[in-house]
Amino acid sequence: MSAPVPLTHITRARNGRPAKRRAQFTVNGEPVDVLFAPHKTLLEVLREDLNLTGTKHGCELGECGACAVLVDGEPVLACLVLGLDAEGRDVTTVEGMADGPALHPIQEAFAQYGAAQCGYCTPSFMLTAQVLLEKNPSPSRDEIREALSSSICRCTGYVKIYEAVELAAARMRGEEADILEEAIYGR
Amino acid sequence: MGVSNGTPKDNGANGHGQTTEPVGRHPRGEGERSDSAVVGKPFVKVDSRSKVLGTMKFADDLTLPRMLHAKLLRSTEAHARIVSIDTTRAEALEGVYAVLTGRSMPITYGILPVSQDEHALCVDRVRYIGDPVAAVAAVDEETAEAACRAIDVVYERLTAIDSVKTALETPEPRIHDYGEEGNIHKRVDLEFGNVDEALASSHHVREDLFFYEGNTHLPLEQHASLAEWHPDGKVTLWSSTQTPHYVHRALAKVLELPPSRVRVVAIPNGGGFGGKSDIFNHEIVVAKLAMVTGRPVKICLTREEVFYCHRGRHPVLMRFRTGVDERGRILGMHSQTYIDGGAYGSYGVASTFYTGALQTVTYHVDRYKFDSVRCFTNKPPCGPKRGHGTPQPRFGLEVQIDKIAADLGLDPIEVRKQNLVEPHSMTANWLRVGSMGLGPCIDKVVEGSDWYSKFRKLPYGRGVGLACGSYLSGAGLPIYWNDMPHSGVQIKLDRSGGVAVFCGATDIGQGSDSVLAFIVADVLGIDPVDIRVVCGDTDLTPVDLGSYSSRVTLMMGNAAIEAAERARAPLAEAVSKKLSIPRSRLVFGGNRVFDAENPETGVTFAEAVQFAETSIGTIGSTGSYKPPRAPGRYKGAGVGPSPAYSYSAAVAEVDVDPETGLVAVERIWIAHDIGRSINPTLVMGQVEGSVYMGLGEALMEAMEYRGNRGVVHKFPSMLEYKSPTTMEMCDVVTYLIEDPDPNGPYGAKEVGQGPLLPIMPAVANAVFDAVGVRVDEVPISAEKVLKAILAKAEGKDGRYGPAKTPAVEWHEPHRVPPPWEGGDGRAIDDPKHMPVPLADPSGHRYKHDMSGD
Ligand code: FES
Ligand code: FES
Repeated sequence: MSAPVPLTHITRARNGRPAKRRAQFTVNGEPVDVLFAPHKTLLEVLREDLNLTGTKHGCELGECGACAVLVDGEPVLACLVLGLDAEGRDVTTVEGMADGPALHPIQEAFAQYGAAQCGYCTPSFMLTAQVLLEKNPSPSRDEIREALSSSICRCTGYVKIYEAVELAAARMRGEEADILEEAIYGR
Repeated sequence: MGVSNGTPKDNGANGHGQTTEPVGRHPRGEGERSDSAVVGKPFVKVDSRSKVLGTMKFADDLTLPRMLHAKLLRSTEAHARIVSIDTTRAEALEGVYAVLTGRSMPITYGILPVSQDEHALCVDRVRYIGDPVAAVAAVDEETAEAACRAIDVVYERLTAIDSVKTALETPEPRIHDYGEEGNIHKRVDLEFGNVDEALASSHHVREDLFFYEGNTHLPLEQHASLAEWHPDGKVTLWSSTQTPHYVHRALAKVLELPPSRVRVVAIPNGGGFGGKSDIFNHEIVVAKLAMVTGRPVKICLTREEVFYCHRGRHPVLMRFRTGVDERGRILGMHSQTYIDGGAYGSYGVASTFYTGALQTVTYHVDRYKFDSVRCFTNKPPCGPKRGHGTPQPRFGLEVQIDKIAADLGLDPIEVRKQNLVEPHSMTANWLRVGSMGLGPCIDKVVEGSDWYSKFRKLPYGRGVGLACGSYLSGAGLPIYWNDMPHSGVQIKLDRSGGVAVFCGATDIGQGSDSVLAFIVADVLGIDPVDIRVVCGDTDLTPVDLGSYSSRVTLMMGNAAIEAAERARAPLAEAVSKKLSIPRSRLVFGGNRVFDAENPETGVTFAEAVQFAETSIGTIGSTGSYKPPRAPGRYKGAGVGPSPAYSYSAAVAEVDVDPETGLVAVERIWIAHDIGRSINPTLVMGQVEGSVYMGLGEALMEAMEYRGNRGVVHKFPSMLEYKSPTTMEMCDVVTYLIEDPDPNGPYGAKEVGQGPLLPIMPAVANAVFDAVGVRVDEVPISAEKVLKAILAKAEGKDGRYGPAKTPAVEWHEPHRVPPPWEGGDGRAIDDPKHMPVPLADPSGHRYKHDMSGD
C-alpha cells in the first residue's frame, strides 16, 4: 500500500464531525465513487457504504483475519486500511469470486466439503486461497497451511479448508477430482 | 442389536441397507424405505452456497432505514456500589437519541429460573469490570461512544473477590444476596453407595488434584443484535443467539410485554460454542432503546466486549480419590470440584452438577460421591462452553486413570476397557446409558495410531497419550419446568411439490438447518433442494429449546420424522385411492410415490400432493419430541440424563522440547461413536472442529485476570488470547463408529461437543509419555512443562499442578443408593424413598433392562 493519505486539513461539517471525502476505485471489477467520513476503514466503506457485507469482521484490530480482501490482487486486512487508501486501487471481495451464476472452483469445493461451517471466516480463507493458487497451482499441505495462517477459523479445525483448497486446486489444474471418501466418512 | 463398527460405505451390500431391524426412530408405515436416499449421504449443506457467496446475512449485516446505533458503558470497577450516574452531558450531545440506565429496566432475568440475578443495566451495583451500567442510542457508533464517555458514574469501591479461595474466605460483602451463604452460589453433596467403605476395601487408592483454567468460546463473529419497535405494541429482535426461545421469555419479562408481542429471530450465528446461549444485556437493551426512540437500534459488540460477556468455561479445581481392585477396576470414586463462577449465575447451577454428573458414563463406577461448590467472584460470568462443565472433570479422570495404571504396572488401555460401562445399563447416579460404542472407539485409535509400538517406546521428548469421553445428546430436562415438547417441527406441503419446514432450532454453523432438510427429504423421498427451512423465529416456528447441550439433531430430528410421517399419510391415502394400490405397497422415493411391486406405476411427489389437496384440502403437519423420563428421583437428578450418550476416544502424539517445555501436538487420532451419521460431511466437520477447540484448550487458551488491578481481564484481544492458527493445528485422523441408539433419529447421537472431551487429557498423558512429567493443569503451557522438567531434574516431584484445595465445610451428602444396591432413584432422606429388591443380587455390575420402560 502507498503512504496513507494525509488527514490534516480535514474540514469539519456543521455537526462537528469531519466532512466526507470522496474515493474512486474499483470493486470486483466495477468502478465505484464513494463519499465517506475520512476515518472510515476500507472494511467499513465496503460494508456500510457499498453494502458489500460478505466481508466480515471479528476484531477490527487486525487480529483475526476475517476481513481479508484483495487489493491489487494481494490479501489485505480491510480493517487496517483506510477507505481513502483504496483510491485508484482494484479491490476484490468475496462477492467478486463467482463468475456470473457459476461458483468459483474454490467456492464450490468449500461448499462440498462443508469447509464453511458457520461461514464467517470463509470469505477470508477463500480469497487468500485464491491468491495462493494463482501463484502456486499445486501447493503442498504445508504451503497451504502457511498461506492460510493469517486467518482464524474457530469452527473447522482447518482440515476441511485444506481439503477444499486441494480439491479446488486439482480442478483448476483441469483434473477430474472429487471429494475424498475418507475425508467425509472417516477411515 | 448388532454393533456396526463400519462406516456407511461398508455398511452392508446395498451401501446403506439395514440387514436387521433398524435401530432408532425411523419412519414407519406406508412407504417405509429399505434404505435411505439422503440420510447418511454427503449432501451439501443447505446454506453452504450462500455462505461461500458471501450473501448469508449475519446479525451485523442487517440494516433498517432510520436505524440507530447503540453502545454500552461498562463498569471500570470490579465490585462497587453505584453512587450516582449523571447522563446530562451525554444527552446533550448532537446525534444522541436516548440514554438509558438500570432504573429503566428494574426487572431481573437469568437463563435459569433459580438465578434471576441479572439486570439489563446495573441498577445499584457493578459486579465485574465490563458489567454494563448505561446505554446510548445515537446516529452512529462514534457518537454513541462519545456519549458513553460523557456519562459520569460515581462508584464506591467494594472488596473485589478474585478467586474461589478468596470467595470462601470473604463471606462479606456478598456479591449477590442469594445462593447458599456468603459468596457460595451453589453446593452439591451427593453420595451413591458408601464410598468410604469402597475405598477402604480397595486394593489401591489414588488421590489427585487438578486445575482447569477458564477459557472462552471466541466465536469469530462478535455478538450483534438489531431491534425494531412497531407502534402496534410489538417488538422484534434479530440476534446472534443460540437460544431464541429463552431470549424471547426474558425480553417479555424485562420489557413487561405479553410474549405474544415479542418476536425473536435467531440469525445464523458466526460460531457459538455456547457463547451465545445465554440472554445478553445488549439484547434487552437494544429492544428497550427501540421502544424508547421508536427507531430500529443495532448493536455490535467489540471484541473486547465479547471477552467481558464471556459465559465460558469455568475455572475448576478438582480433587479425586479413586479406589480400584488389583486389575484396576473402579470400586469407588470421590470427586470434589471447586468452581469459579464469575459474577452471575448464568447456567452455573447446571454447570456445577455437570462437573460431577457424567463421570460415571464411560467407566463403571460402583460407588460414587460427588461434592461441589460454585462461588461468585468479580469476574465475567462463566457459563456453558462446548462440553459444559464436563471437560474439567473428564481431564482429571482420564489423567488419574493413567496414573493408576502406572502405579499398578498395568496397561492404561486395558484398565479402561475392563471398566467400560455396559450398553443399555444404568450408572451409579441413575443415568440410563443406551448404545455405547466406546470399546470400538478405543480399538480404532489404538490400531490407527500404532499405539503399542509407540507407548513407552518413543525416544525422550516424544510420546503418545490416550483418553476417552462421553457427552449428552441433549439435556433430558428443559431449563424451566414444563411438560411441553422440547422440539417442535411443522411442515407445509403445497401443490408445487415444494415443502416448507418450520422449527425453532438455530443454525450456529453446526448445520442444524441442513439436518432438518435432510431428514424431511429422506422421509418424503424428495431432494433436499426442494425443501425450504424456516428456523429460529419465535413468530413463525414452533418452539425448539435452542442449540445447546447437543440436543438439536436428536430432538429436532425425532420431531421432524414424526411431522414428515404425518405429512406423508394423506398423500399415501390419496395416491392409493387414485391408483388403486394398497398403501402398504407405496414407496416415497426419487421425488415420486410409486408401487413397490411395480415401480413404473406411480406419480410425482407434486402430483401426490395435488391428489391429497384435492381430497382433503391444504396439507400440513406437526411433530414434536420430548425426552423419555429419567429414572433418577433425587434432588439434582435433573442434570445428566439424556436420551443418548455419544462416546469418543483419542490418541495424541506429541513432541516436547525439553529445553523450552514447548509442546507440539503432531497428530490426533479420534474415533467417535455417532450412533448414525445423518450427514457424514457435517459429522466429520464437528469432530475436527472439536479436536481443534480441545487442542486450543489443552495448549494455550486461558482467561486470565490481573488480580492487583481490580480483577481486570489480562488481555481482552484476539492477539493476546492465544488460539490455534493453521500453524498450531495438528493433523487429525478420524474414525466414525456407528452404534445406533434406540432413542436417536435413525439411531443418531450427538457430535458437536463429545469429541472435544478426550483431547486435553490425551495431550497431558502424551506429555507424560514424552518427558516423564505430569502437568495436572490445563492449559499445558510451555512454562508449566518446563517447571516440571526442571523440578524432576532437581530430584523433586516431576509435576506441575495444584497442591491444596481451600477449606470447605462439606455438608452431609444426600445418600442415593445405586440401582444395584436396592435404590429406587430417590435419596434415603426422601420420605418417598422405597428400597427395591435387587435386580441382580449376585453382583454389583447391574444391567438395566430397557424393555421395562
Ligand atoms: S476484523 Fe479482525 S483482522 Fe480485520
Ligand atoms: S467456519 Fe466458523 S469461523 Fe470458520
